[in-house]
Amino acid sequence: MIEHPRADELIEAVAGWVESIRPQLNPRDAFLSRVAVNALNAVKRELIQGPAAEAAARSRLSALLGMEADLGTLNAELCERLRRGEMNVATPGLLTALKAGIEDQIAIDQPTYVSVGRR
Amino acid sequence: MEVDIPSALAALAPKLGGTGVEKAQRLTGGASMETWAFNLIGAGEPRPLILRRRAVPLDPETSRSASMAAEAALIEAAGHAGAPVAPLVRLCEPEDGVGEGHITGFVAGETLGRKIVADPRFDGVRPHLARQCGQILARIHTIPTGAATLTTADAQGELDRYEAIYRASGAERPILELALQHLRRNLPPPMPNVALHGDFRNGNMMFDPDHGVAAVLDWELAHVGDPAEDLGWLCVNSWRFGRSDRPVGGFGDYQDLLEGYIEAGGAEIPLSRVLFWQALGSLKWGIMCLMMYSSYATGATNSVERPMIGRRVSETEIDLVNLLEAGL
Repeated sequence: MIEHPRADELIEAVAGWVESIRPQLNPRDAFLSRVAVNALNAVKRELIQGPAAEAAARSRLSALLGMEADLGTLNAELCERLRRGEMNVATPGLLTALKAGIEDQIAIDQPTYVSVGRR
Repeated sequence: MEVDIPSALAALAPKLGGTGVEKAQRLTGGASMETWAFNLIGAGEPRPLILRRRAVPLDPETSRSASMAAEAALIEAAGHAGAPVAPLVRLCEPEDGVGEGHITGFVAGETLGRKIVADPRFDGVRPHLARQCGQILARIHTIPTGAATLTTADAQGELDRYEAIYRASGAERPILELALQHLRRNLPPPMPNVALHGDFRNGNMMFDPDHGVAAVLDWELAHVGDPAEDLGWLCVNSWRFGRSDRPVGGFGDYQDLLEGYIEAGGAEIPLSRVLFWQALGSLKWGIMCLMMYSSYATGATNSVERPMIGRRVSETEIDLVNLLEAGL
């Protein structure tokens, strides 16, 4: 792996450049440039946090489903069991596992998002 | 086909009671709808007006959208029912040269959701907004369901429709699967259908800092269905703009919304029914985000906006998990 510079440093540099030209852009392009910077920042977070999040998701789903496989297979199996009605909100460990997984995902996609809390 | 809107509006001015137009400018660019602001001149003070037009022809087979004629009829009916609207000035005819569209009066105010929830200018009126929205929805729901040609959709129908879109996307998202299953097993008991706005949320209303809701906008998704659908949609966390502690639009509480609804003659709706529709609303928005990403993945559109919207699916998923954990 080439580390001089690291991939996340390249992304940061590009995002910084897009930010710097925003004041010269028309309103539509200024809006899209903001979206572009958000996209770059999500990629950067995924590069840094993604591997650990995937490993954690894999071990969580393995435990929940009682089988060993790659993450894609485990995820598809979980969806299949939910479609067949073999698992539901009352299934022990299901909501806890889903919540842990989605918390890792939102930390990559939109770390500032404030989710709906307890009523 | 590109249409020269400023020229078409100038030619239309006599039918609007003026001699010409000035300052015609396009305000927003949705994929299918355009909004233009302009001043009508030649009849005293320049009169600010708004043109809303469909840029792409409506496909009645696949689109959920009401026709512009239906929108115009609803705006008038809503005004008669006592809901604040931008008054209809003209439903455009083919010879008007602007395509399918309508012209309304201009209503001043703020539409940006994050300003409504956070800007100090709205501090005074904010505590009253949830009750006001309840009252307005009660009035909208008195519009005769035959006032315009509208589709009908109940909770079961909405779940069927959005599940089909989700399945067609090929995505495998366990939280969406669980939400589909859970909502299907917990459909609310039947309630008489009413005419719904269909997109009543913070972002689709014009707010005045002194008086609150000045106009309800964007009637494109109006249909007939469960009254709790409109109340629940207003509470979807994606339109609370960071103020998830204030469930109604990021500005108020459930109780004020429900009380306002009853005060203005609406039916008594249990909070559980609103929460069902709020969760269904999050699910629908999540699937819409998937659909918008699909339009990028298939090459139908290439804006950077579309793929990034796909990363908003996770916000609806975390909200759904929290709602399911709280027992809905």
